[in-house]
Amino acid sequence: MTATIIFTIASLTVLGLVLALILYFTAQKFKVVEDPRIDDVETILPGANCGGCGFTGCRSFAEGCVNAESMDGLFCPVGGNDVMKRVADYLGRSVAEMVPQVAVVRCNGNCDSRPKSNNYDGYTSCAVMASLYAGDTDCRYGCLGQGDCELSCDFDAIKMNPRTGLPEVDADKCTACGACVKACPKMIIELRNKGPKGKRIFVSCINKDKGGVAKKACAVACIGCTKCQKVCAYDAITISSNLAYIDYNKCKLCRKCVVECPTNAIWEVNFPVRVPKKEVAEVEQH
Amino acid sequence: MSKTFRIGGIHPHDNKISVNAAIENFPVMERAYISMSQHLGAPAEPVVAKGDKVKTGQLIAKANGFISANIHSSVSGTVNSIEMLPDLAGNLVQHVVVNVEGDEWMESIDRTPEINRVIKDSPQDIIAKIAECGVVGLGGAAFPTHIKLSPPPGKKAEFLLVNGAECEPYLTSDYRIMLENTEEILIGVKLMMSALGVKRAYLGIEENKPQAIKKMKEIASKGYQEIKIVSLKKRYPQGGEKQLIDAITGRQVPSMGLPIDVGVVVQNVGTALAVYEAVQKNKPLFEGVVTVTGKCMPEQRNFRMRVGTTFESMIFAVGGFPKDAEKLVSGGPMMGKAVSRIEAASVKSTSALLLLTEEETKRGEEANCIRCAKCVDACPMGLEPYLLNRLSRANRIEDLEANMVHDCIECGSCLYVCPADIPLLDTIRLSKTKVLKIIRSRPKK
Repeated sequence: MTATIIFTIASLTVLGLVLALILYFTAQKFKVVEDPRIDDVETILPGANCGGCGFTGCRSFAEGCVNAESMDGLFCPVGGNDVMKRVADYLGRSVAEMVPQVAVVRCNGNCDSRPKSNNYDGYTSCAVMASLYAGDTDCRYGCLGQGDCELSCDFDAIKMNPRTGLPEVDADKCTACGACVKACPKMIIELRNKGPKGKRIFVSCINKDKGGVAKKACAVACIGCTKCQKVCAYDAITISSNLAYIDYNKCKLCRKCVVECPTNAIWEVNFPVRVPKKEVAEVEQH
Repeated sequence: MSKTFRIGGIHPHDNKISVNAAIENFPVMERAYISMSQHLGAPAEPVVAKGDKVKTGQLIAKANGFISANIHSSVSGTVNSIEMLPDLAGNLVQHVVVNVEGDEWMESIDRTPEINRVIKDSPQDIIAKIAECGVVGLGGAAFPTHIKLSPPPGKKAEFLLVNGAECEPYLTSDYRIMLENTEEILIGVKLMMSALGVKRAYLGIEENKPQAIKKMKEIASKGYQEIKIVSLKKRYPQGGEKQLIDAITGRQVPSMGLPIDVGVVVQNVGTALAVYEAVQKNKPLFEGVVTVTGKCMPEQRNFRMRVGTTFESMIFAVGGFPKDAEKLVSGGPMMGKAVSRIEAASVKSTSALLLLTEEETKRGEEANCIRCAKCVDACPMGLEPYLLNRLSRANRIEDLEANMVHDCIECGSCLYVCPADIPLLDTIRLSKTKVLKIIRSRPKK
């Protein structure tokens, strides 16, 4: 009995030692040398794996940062400047500060201003709908309202508003990763500078049709009337194929174009509410 | 013994409620909206200007590029404008709008009812005339016929297959022309055989059209012995090019290949009639037979209709818009396209206008896949739609290509049989476009 126990213990010990040696030498032979900094950089990163940086995930971005010569062109939109600074400090490099951005929905045609001309009864997906036809309103450019952007967002920042049928971006949650920009088949969503205190002005329309056609399809469409371009003192507005576009790098947020726009296609966000001038009120009364 | 293709297929109720309505001439409308993009390939280039007087059958737009076709005026009158107007899907397409004044045809068109049986043109002349008259495939894809009849160098056609299957439910336009223009179709087939230099042609008709088979056989036996009439089992999608080749010759078209790779050219009976009219009667393709049907319609009719007739006027010609109509479809219920704009106009390949009620079009709510494999049994291309659907949703392009998503013919059989109402075709079509784009962008070996 005792002999059996001793024999078992001894044989298992010997077997264990032999296998351990084999494993040890195999591990030595096939050892992968990895830069330990990659792990450290990865822990600094937010770990969202959203792909907003252009890499497949946080780990490959960390590899990219460690292997790159300089930090140019590397930016984690989720972590922002804060995280990038910490990564750069850890790697002993310098990083240029990036202006924070936010996703902006450039369609303003809700159910009232852009009436439906037909009913879509197919599969609920903007990509499928866009592959089938121009859309359920007369505007060929506008939002299809099936919510592909909402599905694409990893941060719960873009939501369809059931009342207007349009997506709305929560600027606090939006990291400007660009997933919704890629998901939208009509290319309505754009990444724009967040602006000081979140103040920003943009043309909320991408309709390239002639003014009359655009206006007929949607009451709040940009009709390319060039009024905003004329009033802009900073040369920030360009008009191409009947559509105004505000360059966010040139715009000084003076809000003159917003008042000028006859169709209210230019939007201002996070500005204080305007106090109506007394004269205007009086004229209206008469 | 009726023939059919080997795998897959479904048996939808054929609903051919308009079969007994003889073809009537549709009244010429006040204004014709003639699209410049009525065929596969580059849109045609207008050769008329605003204010020009045009006659019925006059060339108004020239083929632009290799795959393109000429377009002729379907009415006589004054060109009102050349503008971008929405087509049935709402996409803007260049249209020539003609204000109709009377109906004066070009003098070159032979309008006599006599059948011209003598083929005097050489193969090159036949192809040139077909190209001149802007004939396109009327089976649905609207591929320019003259290109299909000139195989690329090194490839030789052995057979000509003519598709009279009309496997789509509701449609009866091909059936009516097979009954009323039987001999013209057979002459058209002979013309195409001469153009291709083939000795044999097969004309396949599904057995739910016994009268058409009988009449075709009767006339083919009197002087058209080289054209064999084949009776086919009723099965959808029998009229698909690859399915028809399999059914009649037993040959398999390779993946990403064309029928010419197995020595076959497939044409529709409607195209055969258009070829006859173009070559023997000098009449360009500017009108075709359109079935206006639907269970909710007060009457179902077959019209010989000019190109550029609006869908609106078609509905009003058969007693107005029915109250319970929910959806308009141009073509059959399986492969037709929904009409999203009633003011859009018909094109050369329009074969039907179908009105469906909400009950008929309603999609069930999507449920989970129960792995019943009905879609696998139904797929005529031997694909696995349930798998392709899952891969499409995960956007796994490489796996999609490995599973041959690019072989899908978009017949909709999988969607038809799915008990869980999964939008199989929608997701597969989306990924098919992506995969085809990648395959075509690769450098050719």
